[in-house]
Amino acid sequence: MSERFTTSAARNVFYGGSIFFFVVFVGLTAQSHWHIVTTSTDEATLSESVIRGKHVWEKHSCINCHSILGEGAYFAPEVGNVWIRYGGKDDPQAAREGLIAWMRSQPSGVEGRRQMPQFHLSDQELNDLVDFLEWTSRIDTQKWPPNDAG
Amino acid sequence: MKYASQRVAYWYFTCAMVLFGVQILAGVLAGTVYVLPNVLSELLPFNIIRMIHTNALIVWLLMGFFGCAYYLVPEEAERDIESPMLAYVQLGLLMFGALSAVAGYTLGVHEGREFLEQPLWIKVAIVVVALIFLYNISMTVLKGRRTAVTNVLLLGLWGIALFWLFAFYTPANLSVDKLYWWYIVHLWVEGVWELVMASVLAFLMIKTTGADREVVEKWLYSIVGLALFSGLLGTGHHYYWIGAPGYWQWVGSVFSALEIAPFFAMVIFAFKMVFKGRKDHPNRAAVLWSLGCTVGAFFGAGVWGFLHTLSFVNYYTHGTQLTAAHGHLAFFGAYVMLNLALITYAMPYLRGKAPYHQGLNIVSFWLMTGAMTVMTFALTFAGVIQVHLQRVLGMPYMEVQDQIAPFYWLRLGSGVVVGISAILFLWSVFGPVRERRAKAARVAVQPAE
Repeated sequence: MSERFTTSAARNVFYGGSIFFFVVFVGLTAQSHWHIVTTSTDEATLSESVIRGKHVWEKHSCINCHSILGEGAYFAPEVGNVWIRYGGKDDPQAAREGLIAWMRSQPSGVEGRRQMPQFHLSDQELNDLVDFLEWTSRIDTQKWPPNDAG
Repeated sequence: MKYASQRVAYWYFTCAMVLFGVQILAGVLAGTVYVLPNVLSELLPFNIIRMIHTNALIVWLLMGFFGCAYYLVPEEAERDIESPMLAYVQLGLLMFGALSAVAGYTLGVHEGREFLEQPLWIKVAIVVVALIFLYNISMTVLKGRRTAVTNVLLLGLWGIALFWLFAFYTPANLSVDKLYWWYIVHLWVEGVWELVMASVLAFLMIKTTGADREVVEKWLYSIVGLALFSGLLGTGHHYYWIGAPGYWQWVGSVFSALEIAPFFAMVIFAFKMVFKGRKDHPNRAAVLWSLGCTVGAFFGAGVWGFLHTLSFVNYYTHGTQLTAAHGHLAFFGAYVMLNLALITYAMPYLRGKAPYHQGLNIVSFWLMTGAMTVMTFALTFAGVIQVHLQRVLGMPYMEVQDQIAPFYWLRLGSGVVVGISAILFLWSVFGPVRERRAKAARVAVQPAE
């Protein structure tokens, strides 16, 4: 590197630039936070049951097999749009019953097929979890995933 | 070993290697469940195995970073560690927390956000550990000689502790939750961890090549500048599809595409220093790991990251096996290899011996990097097929998984080889050294005192 670009110049560029980019990043994050709570998610329907459902999702660490909005493990299907996949848009009642029946029937025990554990969720927990998944399916995700397969 | 208190690093490295073993065991087990899904399905479900695999990795890397700091800061600051006793207390607390977490996970005691599954008391214990560490290492630096290496290292370590605090914030809104979750995950591995990596690498270059400190420092500041200028706004590549505004597709694509730059600079830096170096360090294995680390990071974090970071590509690849391929090679290349490099370098000094078991260590290097490369390609091919079948053609997830099963067998095989190479590595650093060599060692080490 040339003589003009000294160590102290490199150091100053590093500190100054990093502070600049960090401030810009925090600013954009704040704007994104505002965008999320006012526009891209439905805060009005973020009910107690949805919040409880999120806790159920976390308590059993579902994310270490499934993914939600593409994040998590990739061992089991995406659930950000599982409500859509179960036809929840056209027939919410059937989708709810279908999801609950699925969770109740695990593990399948089928040889050579990935096994979902039986978490012994109560009726309330199952319904809360479905509420959470339904709420999640309505987040404006810039049209991701590309199709219902997730 | 110039300062007696550097000895604490030995125990940090030992504990880190124990957890490295736990990580690999859990990894091989998880790889087995992928191909034989009924294995352990009732006893130890996949989510628990994966939790152990990722948590053990993160904790041992941090433990390794702490060990690196305790080893190199005395030499840089030219004084003993402020309080070796506190360093041992810190290690004891961290190791106890880590082993309790693993034991708890197997019994179903855990929280539920990815990588942040530790129960609350362990999260708090990590804060205490960080405070002890930061006090100890900051005082050592402040009272001693200040160098660019310790400046950057300290900034990185303080950053790690600061961003950890977001682990205590779990918003009810899933999108907001994800927005700040990345403040820990991304700003760690694609931000402040890179500062730690670059400073440890700079230390290794100064020590093993005899490179001019002035030159190394200029490189160091340039590299970490590139890392943060690209990495901070590069966080945007995680904000494409989680409910954040659309502008992140532009911001994230542009800046995260530049994240390859600091890794490329590290490759150029390391090879230039080694080839132009004034001396040939007798610990050839340590030099090999140092060079390999930059190459591994360049491909794993840089190239494999770039492959799917542009938003119009990521739209199809997000959350597929491509992500897994990138994750495995990036963590291995950047942070596992960095730790193994410094352990390989420091261990002969910590044990008071001349470099030993060089051949075995070098064999473990090639075996481990080779196996990780095969694993990465297996997951990459699996990912490409998955993207086509699932994201383009819309085939259901589980049917697609059946199609890519052969690649999971390949991944398991390469994982087993990683395990074997880890055993060779551990033997090469911890294994007994013949007394005849040990005598030569004392002679060789003496002049440096």
